[in-house]
Amino acid sequence: MQIKSKFIRFCIDVLVLTALFILVQYFITTGLLDQYYQINLASMCINIILAVSLNLINGFTGQLSLGHAGFMAVGAYASVVMTQMLGQPFIVGLIVACLAAALGGFIIGVPTLRLRGDYLAIATLALGEIIRVTLQNIDYVNGPAGILGITKMTTWPWLFGATVFTVLVVVNLINSSYGRAIISVREDEVASELMGINTTKYKVMAFVIGAMLAGLAGAMYAHFFYIIKPDTFNFMKSFDILVMVVLGGLGSTTGAIIAALFITALTAVLQSFPAIRMILYALILIIVMIYRPQGLMGNKELSRQIFGRIWGGRK
Amino acid sequence: MKKNSRKKIAVLIIMAFMLAIVAGCGGEAKDTGDKAGDKAEMINVGINVELSGGVASYGTNAKDGALLAIEQINASGGVLGMQLNPVVKDCKSTADEAMSISAALVGENIVAQIGPLTSGDVAGSTPIMMDNKIPLIAPAATASNVTVDDKTGKTNEYIFRVCFIDPFQGTLMAQFAADNLKAKNAVIYADTSTDYGKGLAEYFKKTFGEKGGTIVGEEGYVKDDRDFRATLTKIKGMNPDFIYVPGYYQEVAPLIKQARELGITVPIGGGDGWDSPDMVSVAGNEALNNTYFTNHYSSQDTDPNIVKFVEAYKAKYNKEPDAFAALGYDAIQLMVQGLKDAQAADPVKLAAALAKIKDFEGITGKMSIDEKHNPVKAGVIIEFKDGAQVMNTRIQP
Amino acid sequence: MLEFIQQLVNGLSLGAIYALIALGYTMVYGIIKLINFAHGDIMMVGGFVGFFSLTVFKTNIVVAMIAAMLTCAILGILIEKVAYRPLRNSTRIAALITAIGVSFFLEYVTIFLLGPSQRVFPDTAFPIKAYNIAGLSILNKDVFVVVSAVVLMLILQYIIKWTKTGKAMRAVSLDQEAAVLMGISVDKTISITFAIGSALAAAAGVMYGVYYSTVNPLMGIIPGLKAFVAAVLGGIGIIPGAMVGGFVMGLLETMVSGYGNSLYRDAVAFGVLILILLIKPTGLFGRDTGEKV
Repeated sequence: MQIKSKFIRFCIDVLVLTALFILVQYFITTGLLDQYYQINLASMCINIILAVSLNLINGFTGQLSLGHAGFMAVGAYASVVMTQMLGQPFIVGLIVACLAAALGGFIIGVPTLRLRGDYLAIATLALGEIIRVTLQNIDYVNGPAGILGITKMTTWPWLFGATVFTVLVVVNLINSSYGRAIISVREDEVASELMGINTTKYKVMAFVIGAMLAGLAGAMYAHFFYIIKPDTFNFMKSFDILVMVVLGGLGSTTGAIIAALFITALTAVLQSFPAIRMILYALILIIVMIYRPQGLMGNKELSRQIFGRIWGGRK
Repeated sequence: MKKNSRKKIAVLIIMAFMLAIVAGCGGEAKDTGDKAGDKAEMINVGINVELSGGVASYGTNAKDGALLAIEQINASGGVLGMQLNPVVKDCKSTADEAMSISAALVGENIVAQIGPLTSGDVAGSTPIMMDNKIPLIAPAATASNVTVDDKTGKTNEYIFRVCFIDPFQGTLMAQFAADNLKAKNAVIYADTSTDYGKGLAEYFKKTFGEKGGTIVGEEGYVKDDRDFRATLTKIKGMNPDFIYVPGYYQEVAPLIKQARELGITVPIGGGDGWDSPDMVSVAGNEALNNTYFTNHYSSQDTDPNIVKFVEAYKAKYNKEPDAFAALGYDAIQLMVQGLKDAQAADPVKLAAALAKIKDFEGITGKMSIDEKHNPVKAGVIIEFKDGAQVMNTRIQP
Repeated sequence: MLEFIQQLVNGLSLGAIYALIALGYTMVYGIIKLINFAHGDIMMVGGFVGFFSLTVFKTNIVVAMIAAMLTCAILGILIEKVAYRPLRNSTRIAALITAIGVSFFLEYVTIFLLGPSQRVFPDTAFPIKAYNIAGLSILNKDVFVVVSAVVLMLILQYIIKWTKTGKAMRAVSLDQEAAVLMGISVDKTISITFAIGSALAAAAGVMYGVYYSTVNPLMGIIPGLKAFVAAVLGGIGIIPGAMVGGFVMGLLETMVSGYGNSLYRDAVAFGVLILILLIKPTGLFGRDTGEKV
């Protein structure tokens, strides 16, 4: 059952992804997937990007950040300023969004990442709020009212591309030597420092990449949902993303993806019971932490090998 | 062995997840199917309001008002021989949820959507309604760009509202302060975390200046603030003869209380966000004397229609109807008027009919829809007198 | 000058409320090194218990406050037992995430049961008297919050420094394992800590209700965060530090609103937090202990 050649494995990946892409595109063009499902599909993709990128910071690097929505806001605003106010094409908006959020991540990350654990969490929470308050006071972007009537540019190909790009970036980073250094920081910061790893460098690196991808998600969000305003990106949004990461597994990319899909679907199903949804979130956080603090998937990945083994085992 | 079983459990959990997702989507789809089946004798009305999140109380009250209207209409035989069937969903006070809910409502074959309440959430819903050519009637979205496309300047064909807009309220209060209260030096202390507070402040400033008054200070607070004494002490030092506080009652009530405690006795004015029974219970009768606000209607009004509405609302919900409840009620009534005019339960025809409505008698006053889909209607200035809301003046546009 | 003194009065009474909440925060952190994110929400529950005691059972303010403190003490013990105890040996991040979960849980169960709107505290509960001293406006409730904050801090300081329980608390805080070997029941000590901390939060909740006239299910979030900043500012885990931190925060916010731009008040508060964390993470009163490997 083992797939031998690396090349064949790569081809299968590409084939599966292309098939998925074409299938959904077909559903959209034939109208089988109506507007409601398209919106949920977009939410799912955006949430996957957010969860996977936050997982890089929280899960793989072990630095609890509660300000992810802040970077999303930076990306959203940067891209909208580019496309709506300066009339640039969407791709420029996306690139600027990524750069702006990455820069934001760098400026915030360098000083705060010296902090440990819970202090860092509170500091990032505070900085996320500062970003929001600042946006509220910038008249160029309409302050608290936000920007209305953003042209819809986020289409399925863009969403799909951005999601695949995010997953590729994170997976490849983790599987590289940088990734091993990043994981070693999570496992034992002091020990890895003794091994000659520049822990600050790797922490900042993960933080910047995570922020950049959150900015990408923000740009996607802004150009899909027609309106952005500072309040959209408050700390409740950061917590939403955290719930996904915790549920899926701190340190499992596939876990984050599955959890993002699950939470988005859950939100849609519980549309009529808002209080219950939040209580459920709370219980997820508490119960998962008590009984499975590494998250449902832990640091396991759902991969071909696992499928292969289970299939093989059963047969 | 143990490791293996654990893995199996993990896989099972993941499978359960997937199932839940599929089931979730499937369930939703089936839902729509059922509703579509019985649409023949029912007119579905989407109610997309904020039942949770930041402005949950506005959404809840507007929904209550709307449901009361639907109940009354159904009891008196319905519209065009059909009963109205409300489909209520919560947009959690966020624009993206409002959009997603609208899309879900479109799938339920609604003839029109009532809500959301805030301008931002209406904006989230707007593209869906425009795409599907279904009218949206906003009960209380007061920002001027809700019904008009900012970039092209064209009116959004399917977006309507039953409330007056921010510029009107700010202007009204400025006129009142300058003409009736003879104020010369005003301070603006606005809720700057909302477009509502900023919008009202802007137009107050403009009109007050035109009337020859001076704005001697501009301050701001943000939502959920409860302590205003620092800024109020500063304002006291500016010696104004009028303070304009556009914002919502949750903050304004303690603000006025603290102002009076600090010995600020000058008149204070605001907008429809003040309208809540909580104003009196929080600030107290005495502190509220010499305060005024612009509003859509007054529940104390002696107009027989209003009295009847207030009584019915109290009987059903055991609470005083605020402006949001009245506007929610009017949104449904306006839609019914449109359906009658159009003589068909068809969204496109309804939109055309709504745009032509003239002299519609609502609880919140007589209104005509203008070319920008804004109602032309009167506003009232309400004064607090020993804890009671007393209508001071009714100002026709 | 008069305006400045008035601002000082404003700042002190605001600071007293922050200080009260910060006391509980700092106590819990001192013992088990956990940022009890739900502390602000326990305050909210306390506010609501006080509200119902005043309106439904028509009690006076003292009884309401005692009822709130007792209820929240039990709630605190319960939360610790159910949610935090199983995590005592896991990472701090896991504990913090659980605390966030508990915070959500309290907020939204309250919304589920009582609805999202605010409730108004009856103004008969605490008749307001204003004293006008040479143009200064001082209210009896200002005096009340400041005095009760100081008194509660002194009592707390006494408990920790002079009683057996306090000794046990300090021992547990220093080294849990050694404390066990000395015959101290760690579980019991931590339970007591949570009970006292939560009771303080409840007292703060009732005072908040009296002071600002309303309670609502999400009212704990902002004061909770501010109080946390105050606790960090004073040196988290140090009782007098929390007190001073609370007053400093209150004065700082008042001065920013009074002489600067009130819109940046929250940004300044959070900015202070970050500055403190970067320059002197142990706070104004903290000693640097270094990290054990």
